[in-house]
Amino acid sequence: MSGHSTYQPKSAFTRWIDARLPVGRLVWDSFVDYPTPRNLNYWWTFGGILSLCLGVQIITGVVLAMHYTPSAAGAFNSVEHIMRNVNYGWLIRYIHANGASMFFIAVYLHMFRGLYYGSYKAPREILWLLGCVIYLLMMATAFMGYVLPWGQMSFHGAVVITNLLGAFPIVGETITTLLWGGFAVDEPTLKRFFSLHYLLPFVIAGVVILHIWALHVVGQNNPTGVEPKSKTDTLPFTPYATVKDGFAMSVFLILFATFVFYMPNALGHADNYIPADPLVTPAHIVPEWYFLPFYAILRAVPDKLMGVLAMFGAIGCLFALPWLDTSKVRSMRYRPQAKLYFAIFVVVCAILGLCGAKLPDDPIIPGLWSPLVIDSPLNSFVWLSRFATLYYFAYFLVITPALGLTEKPRPVPETISSPVLPGDSDKKD
Amino acid sequence: MLRKVTLLAAALVLVGGPAFAAGKAKEPADIAFSFEGPFGTYDQAQLQRGYKVYREVCAACHSMNLLAFRNLGDRGGPFYDPKYPNANDNPYVKAIAAEAQIDDLDGETGDPVKRPGIPADRFPAPFPNTIAAKASNGGALPPDLSLIAKAREGGPEYVAALLQGYKTPPKGHEPASATLHYNEYFPGNFLAMAAPLAAGKVEFDDGTKSTLKQQSEDVAAFLMWAAEPKMEERKQMGAAVMVFLVLFAGLLYASYRRVWANESH
Repeated sequence: MSGHSTYQPKSAFTRWIDARLPVGRLVWDSFVDYPTPRNLNYWWTFGGILSLCLGVQIITGVVLAMHYTPSAAGAFNSVEHIMRNVNYGWLIRYIHANGASMFFIAVYLHMFRGLYYGSYKAPREILWLLGCVIYLLMMATAFMGYVLPWGQMSFHGAVVITNLLGAFPIVGETITTLLWGGFAVDEPTLKRFFSLHYLLPFVIAGVVILHIWALHVVGQNNPTGVEPKSKTDTLPFTPYATVKDGFAMSVFLILFATFVFYMPNALGHADNYIPADPLVTPAHIVPEWYFLPFYAILRAVPDKLMGVLAMFGAIGCLFALPWLDTSKVRSMRYRPQAKLYFAIFVVVCAILGLCGAKLPDDPIIPGLWSPLVIDSPLNSFVWLSRFATLYYFAYFLVITPALGLTEKPRPVPETISSPVLPGDSDKKD
Repeated sequence: MLRKVTLLAAALVLVGGPAFAAGKAKEPADIAFSFEGPFGTYDQAQLQRGYKVYREVCAACHSMNLLAFRNLGDRGGPFYDPKYPNANDNPYVKAIAAEAQIDDLDGETGDPVKRPGIPADRFPAPFPNTIAAKASNGGALPPDLSLIAKAREGGPEYVAALLQGYKTPPKGHEPASATLHYNEYFPGNFLAMAAPLAAGKVEFDDGTKSTLKQQSEDVAAFLMWAAEPKMEERKQMGAAVMVFLVLFAGLLYASYRRVWANESH
């Protein structure tokens, strides 16, 4: 959409359409002629993969809804009915359940790519904010979807997470009551979660359209972080990007299929095959893996309200990032120090994920004595998650703003084409 | 206090509470089940033996509400016969179903009656409701076994280990009441179910020696089939999908190389 349209309707019919509703022109300009930087690497294929994930989730979800019963008495058995009696129901459900995890794997890689290459920096702030909105909507959708089978982990997970909102002063109780449709997680909660779980994916699809629109206005970032300056810096989207995205998607689908066909329950929890029972609390309530880092941040803070605020603040940092980063250089390829802090940040996110899966008081190294600090021994996952949480916030609020002012970046190439000239040592990154 | 924040209070109380005082449950031993691995299939003879263990021992207390008799004759099931692709026609399945007495209503009068089962009927539950089930089992509810092999950490290995895991409790770890039984593999070590199986308790029709280990592993395999009856179909389809995807990815990679052949990047 940057630059004028090169679309040439070829037949009388397409000319007739083009004069009335130029959808053909839109598709041509957005997905055929659209100029993409020629140096995009495989980290740039996750946008296409994510569109695929959203499509797969909506299609399988619509079919599942045809057989699912959104009631406390019927939900669990209707899911088993899908697994046992509906033709290929097991396939559709396993694709949908594992598809959520695949969606999050792809979105996290997509986000880390944006962080590393500075894709949130001007003029891509709105593009980045829309992405953050999509991520929030995805989390809400995934959470409500996990409640629908009405197993033990569905139910008690819903109790834990909805109770968090009760921590807010004054409005907290009203919010939870509204969310529950009563005074506890029960039938009305399940019904509204089902309704919203069906609605939100279409909201996501809408925001995705805005996200792509914003992308096509400002153009894609690229590994050098240098804006394309001439025609030689770019290639048309089709066939160059389409074939590369297609290859990446097919590799991603191999991973996806490995889970669906050979380990469909590996990312789930055994307790969710037990029907929900409000009177029996599972020994260890854990959210799905993609929420674990935020769960760890929540539990790291020894106060409920502050913990909830820290959890939301962790996502808030992402929204504020375009204005926190003071660096003049976009891509970390030319920022050796930032690269190091980013690598630590990725490891810290993984550590937070691990902490979220463990009981807070469990020792990190079993059998090792350590002094009691405040409320827990130092050798416990709660302390590890506290240090990790500290780094998480420091990365956004201290390191990123300070580093941009103090570090001395390496020389940035004049154009995209220059670093890929023969003999350039920076070709692979 | 951290525990308040975590909202895991209930869970933590459980962990720190008396239920776990006897220490951690033992890790179940690995069993080389025929259905493991990407090409694994159920061993039909083992499923038949396992069904017999369930029918003659477990079914006295445990329901399997999600299973119908026809499932026994489904592809991959214990009594599948390729001659009867529709399990409702399978004479063996019909005979098993007919042994059960099913609650029904008289079509003329509406009075409650009992009739012999048909393949479409679900396995009848041993107790009319959960209160009755608890009352007959010292206050403990025997869980439904339809999904048990997927609903427990450790899966069928855990089920087989649990059934063989009854021991005399170590000194100082005697159960609090006579209705609790010591088991190495049970989280918390004390469960309400007494050792259900013993050598020779079930006679196998195929002449397999009826040891405790054999019964436990066979019934665990049967319960895995019950929890995941479409596993064979899933893995077979998976093989075809994998071959397709690898070829497709290869084709796309070749196209990618060709399209980009003359472009630096």
